[in-house]
Amino acid sequence: MNAALAISATGLTRRFGKVTAVDGVDLAIPRAGIYGFLGPNGSGKSTTIRLLCGLLEPSAGSVEVLGHVMPRDAERLRRQLGYMTQRFSLWDDLTVAENLEFMARIFGLGAAARRRRIAALADEYDLGRLLRQRAGTMSGGQRQRLALAAATLHEPELLLLDEPTSAVDPQSRRDFWESLFALVHRGTTILVSTHYMDEAERCHRLAILAEGRLVAEGAPRDLMSDIAAAVVEIEAEDVTAARAALADDEKIRSIAQLGTRLHALLDLDTPDPQGRISARLGGAGVTARVQAVPASLEDVFVVATGFRGSQAPVPVQH
Amino acid sequence: MLDRISAVMVKEVRQLARDRLTFAMIVGIPLMQMLLFGYAINFDVRDLRAAVVDEAGTSLSRAIVADLQASGIVAILAPSAGVADLRRRMSAGEISVGVYIPPDFERRVLDGTRPAAQLLVDGSEPMVDSVAKGVAAIPLPRRAGLYGTPAPVFEVRPEYNPERRTAVQIVPALIGMILNMTMVIFTSAAIVRERERGNLELLITTPIRSGELMAGKLLPYVGIGLVQTTLVLFVGSLLFDVPVNGSYLDLYLAAALFIASTLTLGLVISTFARTQFQAFQLAFFTMLPSILLSGFMFPFDGMPEAAQWLAQVLPLTHFNDMVRGIVLRGAPITDLGTQVAKLAAFLVAGLAIATLRFRKSLD
Repeated sequence: MNAALAISATGLTRRFGKVTAVDGVDLAIPRAGIYGFLGPNGSGKSTTIRLLCGLLEPSAGSVEVLGHVMPRDAERLRRQLGYMTQRFSLWDDLTVAENLEFMARIFGLGAAARRRRIAALADEYDLGRLLRQRAGTMSGGQRQRLALAAATLHEPELLLLDEPTSAVDPQSRRDFWESLFALVHRGTTILVSTHYMDEAERCHRLAILAEGRLVAEGAPRDLMSDIAAAVVEIEAEDVTAARAALADDEKIRSIAQLGTRLHALLDLDTPDPQGRISARLGGAGVTARVQAVPASLEDVFVVATGFRGSQAPVPVQH
Repeated sequence: MLDRISAVMVKEVRQLARDRLTFAMIVGIPLMQMLLFGYAINFDVRDLRAAVVDEAGTSLSRAIVADLQASGIVAILAPSAGVADLRRRMSAGEISVGVYIPPDFERRVLDGTRPAAQLLVDGSEPMVDSVAKGVAAIPLPRRAGLYGTPAPVFEVRPEYNPERRTAVQIVPALIGMILNMTMVIFTSAAIVRERERGNLELLITTPIRSGELMAGKLLPYVGIGLVQTTLVLFVGSLLFDVPVNGSYLDLYLAAALFIASTLTLGLVISTFARTQFQAFQLAFFTMLPSILLSGFMFPFDGMPEAAQWLAQVLPLTHFNDMVRGIVLRGAPITDLGTQVAKLAAFLVAGLAIATLRFRKSLD
């Protein structure tokens, strides 16, 4: 196995009865970076993470995590793995200090190491004043800092974070991501699932999941520049009229409204997307400013997930 | 390994100490049941309200009424004018026993072929019927000039509980009932709660082994069970004057073995239940046969064979045997080898089932 890879998977599949939650996913996740799973709810992000840490057994396919074959060597991986569940899963009725103390003992840290690590993490994640407070009485951001502290007590090589910021305000999210970059700087590999575009854009690499399948993979910048669609922005006085004029164009695969602007995705083989739209709007008597713009990550997501709601799915890059 | 077990134990005890409701139940359930069973459920019925219609009015009829009164089984209220009035008072719930002594009472007594007097009994009350039979068995008082009234051949002299007080039989068995109830509910709920709240998902990804987790979670409850045992014995001796004839060490050894077996039952339940509510239901489901079939309330020998077989797989049956033996008959635990072996078998089987079913994964 490639020593530069933290995680490698081939054909990873997990079925629950008739439902296939994860369907033939291949992964090659490099070390010391932040790797993102982007996808809507039910796209298989959480199931994939659970397969990677041995919480679930795959129905088919193979996974190696930090050189351990999963789920066979799951127990050997434990010490090198930090896991933050989607839901806060420390104990509400224990204080911050008690929660950290408990997790440190579970990970087999000796008394001196425990004191040192808890003090260091309380300092790093601003938990010093909260040590004697019960976790159940804290805010979403504070709980999340506690959960991150608990997951990194034993200085894991790999950190799996399942939608860590879903219950957190924007400022806490920013701080949280700063903490993640600090961890990566020290050599930690981080795998994070999210459904926020701005978070996905911060990742070193990204996998877009839809209905259990990996539909796009790469660095966010590459994904945006290599998008398999033409992106056109329309600024019209009468947005509704503009929208109506473009509604039945077979080359337009998706239109999203952003305030007074419309954001259209057209088939990549459209000869002159900008001209085509200008002509259409002109024909309908709608005055608008039309320009080609670079794709956003959201555009990549819309293309990769096959223009949800449109008739024919377009082939996507893989 | 020991450090991880003790980490889990410390956590459990802390959580328990903060969970005021559960903490109150640990003390509250034994106290409530002691008072409930000790005072309210009393199989030797006393002071049934009774009224007498004495149409004979002879010295013999007055003597028999006095004997009835003296037996303590009935408390005789104001006399009635006639049978119709007796029936009315019984239907109104004022009395549950009516004594009718007809005018020709003396002749009937001498005759010996017909019943001398009538006992009207309220059959709607469960215990009254058997009591009435006891009343009917009271022999006629010996009086000069009367013959043909046989005195009882045997003197009944009960062993171990000479006054035949129900509390003496009930309280030791209550130890088992209370432990059975609290241990199964608390342990199954304690484990299922962690699954429900998502704590287990996190714990599974840590190096802790299932055995360590189980041991750490169960051991505090052994201590709690022994505290409850002490509480029942203390209150039993304080309020109901129940003696402990055997050795305390034997009693606590038996209790510890029983606690361990009920804990494994809780453990097995926790591997089936997905929510705390389900765990509670399952615990209740196992509790009912334990209460009814273990010989706690109804004599074991009177049960149909199928029920006796079922009772054999209930740990409470064997613990009740042991605890009555130790507390009332003063038997040493070494005399109770069969029961010890049966409880130990239950413990081993329970642990095996729980370990097979509890795997460190979410599947």
